Amino acid sequence: MIRSAERPAIVRHLLIIAVAFVMLYPVLWMLGSSFKPANMIFSETWFWPKQWHWENYANGWRGVQGNPFSKFLLNSMILSLGAVAGNVVTCSMAAYAFARLNFRYKKLCFGIMLATIMLPHHVTLIPQYILFNKLDWVNSLAPLIVPKWLGTDAFFIFLTIQFIRGLPRELDEAATIDGCGPLQIYWRLIMPLALPALITTAIFTFLWTWDDFFSQLIYLSDATKYTVPLGLRLFLDSSSQSDWGPMFAMSVLSLLPCFIIFIVCQKYFVQGIATSGLKG
Amino acid sequence: MKRHNGAAMLFLTPWFAGLLLLTLGPMLASLYFSFTNYSILAPPTWVGLDNYKTMLTEDKLFYTSLKVTFTYVFVSVPLKLVFALAVALLLNKGIKGLGIYRTIYYIPSLLGGSVAIAMLWRKMLGGDGLLNQLLLMIGIHAPDWVSNPKYALYSIVLLSIWQFGSSMIIFLAGLKQIPQEYYEASSVDGAGMVRRFFNITLPVLSPVIFFNLVMQIITSFQSFTQAFIISNGTGGPINSTLMYSLYLYKKGFSFFQMGYASAMAWVLVLIIGLFTLAVFRSGRMWVHYEDGGN
Repeated sequence: MIRSAERPAIVRHLLIIAVAFVMLYPVLWMLGSSFKPANMIFSETWFWPKQWHWENYANGWRGVQGNPFSKFLLNSMILSLGAVAGNVVTCSMAAYAFARLNFRYKKLCFGIMLATIMLPHHVTLIPQYILFNKLDWVNSLAPLIVPKWLGTDAFFIFLTIQFIRGLPRELDEAATIDGCGPLQIYWRLIMPLALPALITTAIFTFLWTWDDFFSQLIYLSDATKYTVPLGLRLFLDSSSQSDWGPMFAMSVLSLLPCFIIFIVCQKYFVQGIATSGLKG
Repeated sequence: MKRHNGAAMLFLTPWFAGLLLLTLGPMLASLYFSFTNYSILAPPTWVGLDNYKTMLTEDKLFYTSLKVTFTYVFVSVPLKLVFALAVALLLNKGIKGLGIYRTIYYIPSLLGGSVAIAMLWRKMLGGDGLLNQLLLMIGIHAPDWVSNPKYALYSIVLLSIWQFGSSMIIFLAGLKQIPQEYYEASSVDGAGMVRRFFNITLPVLSPVIFFNLVMQIITSFQSFTQAFIISNGTGGPINSTLMYSLYLYKKGFSFFQMGYASAMAWVLVLIIGLFTLAVFRSGRMWVHYEDGGN
């Protein structure tokens, strides 16, 4: 017998599990479909494959229009890691200056920095494209990586400022008495202590760059330069009815890095979202 | 206090270079381009307000894209926030395994912006996709949702609502901040669940609701990927998913009307600005800060 006081708790749990299952079903169905032969994908509603067809992965890996999927993955990896390094380095530098240094026009600079967070990227899109076109960088990863090395993701500057502000100022003062200059304080003191903020920056930069279809669509036109999102779309365009299996297989593969990061970094993830309200 | 002008310059150099070369410079340039005809191949020619005039008086697709975007924002944002809040309330009361549930509910938001999920959606809601197979089991012959102009946009709305995870996590964090004494005091007064929700939870949570609302409105106005993939880059069927960003992309990068696209970008800034302002203004009436707003 269930005590009556426990009944609502059980109902709640059942409700939570039911909603979770419905929500996850599309992802499960995609995972299942990646192991099904094409003719089963659209005739079976249950996600679990009756037979496991691993060849979807082999066929998908072989790629599309003569471009192996490994090439897309490599391009995406270079892009995402380049963006992460850029954001972590330049955003933390700017954040340190705003949070700890006193300088002329600080308020003005800070106000401008905040304003750029709200600015839709559409406004700078076309001149930026023309600039990168003039530099002959279009159809390379440069227009996607270089901006991250110039602190253009002001959101992460703001996030790191907020974090550094929470660190006791006495530490800086003690270090100054010990003869440390701003450079040493930044590198030896603030950076190690601000690690959670840096990790949050790194995680979200990676995920958003990995998934950023719009910029990649604009700047990469040659299939050999394609990243994962563009490569996947190539599958969609060229796939005949029989190619759904490999398409789903590579889709699953494309989501895998996000999943792994999510699971490994869960602690930072939830904190990062809850305290800073990261978009999504 | 001592000034560190030199050191600050050093630390701010990358940011400052980015600001000038990639933000402020391009902003001025795009303002200038918006008064020109520019195809990249030839130098821009000054046309004054023509782009704006064409947009407002002749371009039917401009209005279509506005309508599609407004519909998308007005339908998806409130529904998403309601779901996020409902699930956050469901998960709030010290439930066992909260971490796991929170993780599961966040997964769609984690993956939702990807091309893979948009492609999945297109297949799932297509004619012989998963949804229609399920409906067929209960005897309903459903249309092809993504290629039917009546429903195509709502399939994207559904995808957006599905990703309520990050709003939910922010709500959960907000709910944790509500002092338990408030609830205890009100149950002593004999308030029921509904009254406690409207008299305590909602008012105390209002700054968090406000924050989520602003964030969601700003990002929703700019959505692109899902509509692009689901409509195969066309905004179809019959322009029913022609979101503003998608139309801007087509103007700029398919038809190379860079001047016109720049003008569209500025109109978008204006629209988002006005909406944000309106939400901030309305916030004065319904957002309650514990410290009186200071």
